[in-house]
Amino acid sequence: MESVIDDKLLAKERKSLYLYAMMRLRDADLAEDAVQDTLIAAVQALDRFEQRSSLRTWLMAILRNKITDIVRSRARELPIGDLLDENASEDDVEEFFQTDGHWDGAAAPRSWGQPEYAAERAQFWTVMERCIEGLPLRTGEVFFLREVVGESIDDICKNLGVTQTNCSVMLFRARARLRMCLEEKWFKGAP
Amino acid sequence: MERCRRITQLVSDGLDRRLTFGERLRVRFHLAICSACANFEKQMQYIRGYSRAFLERMSSDRDN
Repeated sequence: MESVIDDKLLAKERKSLYLYAMMRLRDADLAEDAVQDTLIAAVQALDRFEQRSSLRTWLMAILRNKITDIVRSRARELPIGDLLDENASEDDVEEFFQTDGHWDGAAAPRSWGQPEYAAERAQFWTVMERCIEGLPLRTGEVFFLREVVGESIDDICKNLGVTQTNCSVMLFRARARLRMCLEEKWFKGAP
Repeated sequence: MERCRRITQLVSDGLDRRLTFGERLRVRFHLAICSACANFEKQMQYIRGYSRAFLERMSSDRDN
């Protein structure tokens, strides 16, 4: 069977793989290596690629394994604190609300005016990228897989070994955070 | 008035699964009287649109 996947198609996926690796590893060199390894592994295993999953999902699965290897080998070198420090910031979103569950004044979502115009501005996409990168590690990963890659919530929870409830809360936090970031960095100043 | 934290969680859940009839009603009643949560709900739709468009942009940008 002739493969319909060529180098050009793989190269197209490169940037999203890189962004995902960057989000997980927070290190440009490591992320670049992980993506490189993923693409090489993909080329070597092309005959095992089943058309019923999308190329993107398949590449993402390979990349996740590569990252797990890197994180494991790095865990032996790095003090544990470096890998855990993000937990502290995971709960920030709860501070958007008062203890009674109503919005805390400044955090209440404001009108974005005409948000459809934002997409036409190149600068907006830089803000979007920064806001996604700024999400806490785990939260950002779930968001990326769900909203950017478009995987189903069942697949994500299963792959990450997270319960459905936990997954929903993580997605909520990611969305609320990203919303806040876009509002502050873009829509607040937009005409 | 229902708590905004719970309603916005439901709005977020609604992007991942089909809400029950009761849940949809709770959300709808609340959004009718709470502009902050109504903004939240609208913006979630935009964020979904931006995210999908973002991937397309990344895929077509070969310079990286």
